[in-house]
Amino acid sequence: MVCESLLREGVEVIFGILGGALLPLYDTLPHYPKLRHILVRHEQGAAHAAEGYARATGKVGVCLATSGPGASNLVTGIANAHLDSSPIIAITGQVARPFIGKDAFQEIDITGITQPITKHNYLVLDVASLPRTFKEAFYLARTGRPGPVLIDLPRDVQIEQAEFHYPSKLGLPGYKPTLQGHPAQIKKAANLINEAKCPIIIAGRGVIISSAYGELKELVEKAQIPVVTTLLGISCFPETHALSYGMIGMHGMAYANFAVDGADLIIAIGMRFDDRATAKVSAFAPHARVIHIDIDPAEIGKNVRVDVPIVGDAKAVLQKLNKQVATARHLDWVRQLDDWRREHPSLVIRDSQGLLPQYVIRQIYEVTKGEAIIVTGVGQNQMWAAQYYWYDKPNSFISSGGLGTMGFELPAAFGAKIGRPDDTVWCIAGDGGFQMTIQELATVVQEKAAVKIAIMDNGYLGMVRQWQELFYRKRYVATPLSGPDFVKIAEAYGLGGLRVKRKEEVVPAIQKAMAEPGPFLIDFKIEPEENVYPMVPPGAALSEVIEEPRKEARVATDSAKLPVSNI
Amino acid sequence: MTKHTLVALVEDKPGVLNQMASLFRRRGFNIESIAVGHSEVPHLSRMTIVVNGAAAMVEQVRKQLDKLIDVIKVSDITEDDIVSRELALIKVKTTPPTRSEVIQIVDIFRANIVDVGADSVTIEVTGDEDKINSLLNLLRGFGIREITRTGSIAMTRGGVVPPSTKKSSPKSEEK
Repeated sequence: MVCESLLREGVEVIFGILGGALLPLYDTLPHYPKLRHILVRHEQGAAHAAEGYARATGKVGVCLATSGPGASNLVTGIANAHLDSSPIIAITGQVARPFIGKDAFQEIDITGITQPITKHNYLVLDVASLPRTFKEAFYLARTGRPGPVLIDLPRDVQIEQAEFHYPSKLGLPGYKPTLQGHPAQIKKAANLINEAKCPIIIAGRGVIISSAYGELKELVEKAQIPVVTTLLGISCFPETHALSYGMIGMHGMAYANFAVDGADLIIAIGMRFDDRATAKVSAFAPHARVIHIDIDPAEIGKNVRVDVPIVGDAKAVLQKLNKQVATARHLDWVRQLDDWRREHPSLVIRDSQGLLPQYVIRQIYEVTKGEAIIVTGVGQNQMWAAQYYWYDKPNSFISSGGLGTMGFELPAAFGAKIGRPDDTVWCIAGDGGFQMTIQELATVVQEKAAVKIAIMDNGYLGMVRQWQELFYRKRYVATPLSGPDFVKIAEAYGLGGLRVKRKEEVVPAIQKAMAEPGPFLIDFKIEPEENVYPMVPPGAALSEVIEEPRKEARVATDSAKLPVSNI
Repeated sequence: MTKHTLVALVEDKPGVLNQMASLFRRRGFNIESIAVGHSEVPHLSRMTIVVNGAAAMVEQVRKQLDKLIDVIKVSDITEDDIVSRELALIKVKTTPPTRSEVIQIVDIFRANIVDVGADSVTIEVTGDEDKINSLLNLLRGFGIREITRTGSIAMTRGGVVPPSTKKSSPKSEEK
C-alpha cells in the first residue's frame, strides 16, 4: 500500500533507517525495485538528505524512520524543512495500535511532537485510509507554501490488507492556496512601481520555489529596478547581472543594505522579512512603501507594515504585474547604487599571505566556473559561501536559513547530488558543523556520490567566536574546537582527502577534487580568527553596517553615520 | 489591547482543538475563553474563541489558524453585528433570611435556580458577558461558593453571511 502510493506520487528515492516498527514496510521494498532506498547513518541525515534532494530537484523528498528514537531523530530535519519551506514527506513507524498511549517500547507521540513544525501530519489508524492519506500528504507538501508532512504508520496497520484504490480527488476543504493574486492589488502595485524614483526588489526563496526566474528578470530589465536577495533568495537572479546588488541582511553587502535603506519602494517577492534580513525592524527601509508578494497570507504584515499586499504564487503574480509595469530607467538611483558599490567594495579580498576563507571560496568559484551547486553549513562558512561565490545558475545555492542547522551541509549535499547526479555539488562546511553529521560520509561512500567537500577549518565554532570577540570582550568560552584529522577520517571512510595550509595549494587541491571521479574532501586550515564582514550588529539598523575594520569608516548615508570604532 | 471574538469552522477530528490551542500558546496569546460544538454541517464543528490582544496581533493569529489544514475558515467578527451568549452556573451561600432576596435578583435577571441546598442555591444564567458580570456583582455580597462559565459563543445577526461561506474576513489581505 505504502510503496504503491509512493510510486503513484513519482517517488524514486527514499532516505531512511529501518527498525522494529517499520519491518513490515521494509519487507515489501524488494518488490518495488523502482523505489531506491538509501540507508543513511542517522535519521537526521535522512531528513536533511530528503530536503537537499527536494531543493535541488523541486520534487518531494521522502525520508523514513522507525518509531521512538528514529522518529525523534528526524525532528531537527523536519523543523529545518518547515522553516525553509521545503517539500518533504517523513514516514515514521509507530507501535501497533493496541499499544498506542501505553508508553510501549520505542513509542513516541511523534504527531504531537511535530505538530508545530509540520505543515500537517497524520496518524494512520485504518489501512483503508492509507492511499488517501498519501495523496493528501504529497499534495500538501508540494503545493502552496511547500513544507514537511509527516505520516505515522502503526506496525499493525502496515501488515493489514485492503483493496488498493488511489483516489483521484482530494478532500481538503480547509486548504485552498491563493495562487493568482488579486487583480486590484496587482494594479495598485504596478502604479506604485511606475511612480517610484528609487525602487528596489528584495527577492527570496519563493522565486526559486515557483521557478519565476524569467519573470523576475523581465520585471528587473523592463523597469530597470535593482535587485537584492535574502540569503535563501541567492541564485534566484544572476548575481553577475548589472542590476544585481547581492544579499542584504546581517552579513549582506553594505551597498545592498544602503539600497534598501535609501529606497522609496520595496518590492518584496517570496520572502518573509526575517530578522536576519531586516535587522532592526523599526528602522527598516524608513522611506519606502512596501509591496509584498507572497503565497502565504500569514507572512504578510507579520514583521513589516505593508502598503500593497499580494497573496499569490510569485510566477503567476509577476506575469500579470509585468504586463502593467511601464518601461522605465532609474538612472540616478542606479548611479547612486553603483557609487555605493564602488565606495564600499564589500567583496574585495584583502592581500594576505595567510589562507583566507574568502580566497578559498573565490577559487572554488573560478575552478567550477560558477557552475556548481553549493550546499553550505551554518555560520561563517555559510556566509563566506554566500558572499564570495557568484550564483548565476538558477537554484544553485542550498543552505539552512530559517533554523540555522549546523550539520545540514553534508547530508543535504548528498541528497542534492543524488537528485542531480550530473551537476557538480560542493559541500562547504565548517569544522564544527561538519562533525555534527560526519557519519554520513559512510553514506556518501556507500552510494558513490561524488560530493566535493571543503571544510573551512579554523579550530573554532567560528561565528560564535566572532560574536565573543566583538560583543563579549574576546572571552572565548567553549568555542575552541580540537578537531580530528579530517584527512585521516576521510581515508578511514574510504574517500580521498587533502589538507591545505597555504594559499598556493588551494587551486591545485580544488582541481584535484574536481578530477577525482568520486567524493573528495579538502581540509582548508584557514586563518583561525578571520571574521565575516560586512556585519550589521544585533539590534542595529541595516544602514549601520560595519565593514572590515582595516578600512576607514565611511559615511553611510546622509541620515545614518557608521559607528567609528569597531563596536 | 482589545477583546476579539473569533469564530472558526473546523473539521471534527481528534487533535484539532489541541492544534489550535497550541498555536495560541506558541505565538504567546492568552485565550480568554474557547467554546466548541457541532455546527449545522455534519463532521464540522464551530468554535468561538475570545482573545485579548492588539488588532494586528489578533489578525496574525487569525491567519495562522487559517493555515491549519483542518481549519476551514476563521473570522474575526468583533466589528460585526453579533449575538453572543454565555452560560454560567453560580453557587451562592444563602441563609433563610437571604434566600428570598437572592430569588428576587434571579428573577430580575431572568435566570433560573436549578438546585437548592440547606445553605446554598445554584443559579443558571444565560446572557452576554456584561449581564453575567453584573449578576455576579450583585451576588457577591451573599458569598459565592463556586462559578463555572462556558465562555462566549457568538454568531453574526440576521442576513449577514455566516463565516462558513464568507469569502474573506474584513481585515484580511484583500482590503
